[in-house]
Amino acid sequence: MSVKPITEDDLHGFVDGALDETREAEVSVYLETHPEIAARIDSYGRQRLDLRAVLNPVAEEPVPSRLNLSHLVEMRKQSRPSLWRMAAAAVVLLAAGGSGGWMLHGIYRQSSEGMVALADEAVDSFATYAPDRTRPVELRADNTAELVDWATERMGRKPVLPDLSKSGYRLMGGRMISTSHGAGLMLMYDDDRGTRLVMLTRPMVADQNKPMAPHAQGNIKGWSWASGGMGYSLVGTLPADTLHPLADDIRHQTETGA
Amino acid sequence: MSDILQLVEPMIPALRRYARGLLKDATAADDLVQDCLERVIAHWHHRRNDDPRTWVFAILHNLAVNRLKQMSRRGEHLPFEKLDESAFARQPTQEDNLMRRDIIQALEQLPEEQRSVLLLVSVEDLSYSQAAAVLAIPIGTVMSRLSRARERLRQILENPGQTAQGPAAHLRRVK
Repeated sequence: MSVKPITEDDLHGFVDGALDETREAEVSVYLETHPEIAARIDSYGRQRLDLRAVLNPVAEEPVPSRLNLSHLVEMRKQSRPSLWRMAAAAVVLLAAGGSGGWMLHGIYRQSSEGMVALADEAVDSFATYAPDRTRPVELRADNTAELVDWATERMGRKPVLPDLSKSGYRLMGGRMISTSHGAGLMLMYDDDRGTRLVMLTRPMVADQNKPMAPHAQGNIKGWSWASGGMGYSLVGTLPADTLHPLADDIRHQTETGA
Repeated sequence: MSDILQLVEPMIPALRRYARGLLKDATAADDLVQDCLERVIAHWHHRRNDDPRTWVFAILHNLAVNRLKQMSRRGEHLPFEKLDESAFARQPTQEDNLMRRDIIQALEQLPEEQRSVLLLVSVEDLSYSQAAAVLAIPIGTVMSRLSRARERLRQILENPGQTAQGPAAHLRRVK
């Protein structure tokens, strides 16, 4: 009997059922007479079955809605700017460039005024200071009088330091931060599991009074609003639903001057 | 765009399974699949590959490799403790459970290039030439990686005591 020599590739083809019938029969015969190799191939076969058994349940799970292809296709259609809109934007940019850089600067500034800017500043403060293990706040909560004086002097308004202890959040302290709209007061809170929240408040130029609205940047969620010329933004990595009642509580306390 | 639903939608469970085999963490794996689907939608009309399955798997594979590199640069790794509860949803029997943990731990110790070949061939049922297309390597390389992957896995599973000193275990400690 002259059989083409059995190769390592044939053995894997045997495990994966990738051989034609003739070759498969030849490998079978070979394995019967080579028990050590047969044991190895047997082990490979078991690996294959075990891997499938472990991973198959994943494919049986219902597909999460964020992976729903129809939704994703729809979203792309909506987010893709039309050629006309892109052309229009190009015309605006050209005009802005033509009449000098300052005008472009003005456009840029305008787009980031108001609530959008406030929310961005709060998110940035959270991203910068919340992970800080050494000195997250400049003045600690045992020094609130000094913190209030400092903020009053820099913002021209006396801030209220909301008390969230009923919801399980303790005021850690705060610091003044710089924003492109002047000085702001950042307060930081935490619970006994180390979850930190940041509240930013500063005087508003645009959007002096605005109802509360949610925002999210990656996993940092927040609620921002403005009332009586002061802007407020509460941010953290908690779900928006969990932050909402806390933001309501802060708004209540600042409006009643508690 | 309508053929994309017909051709790609049926692949999604398998894409999730492949991503989970490479990344373990369910959320990270689904993030990857979402990223992959978005790219598939964006480039659907520009694909040159005749076989949509290998094209889509190749996109997912490349995203996974980048993600794994990123994770190892940052010294992240996903602890096994997390796997049993979150990575695999069903409540297994005790014996199943042991077998699962063993095979997944063993798989984790393979270098990425061997792991992906093994998963594509053994679990996703890609032919050797399809696996070669996904990984953009010659078939000969597929075969030799497959062979090394299976042999290494066998040694880990049959000599569990030695695995702690294995090169993969050492690599995972690197920060």
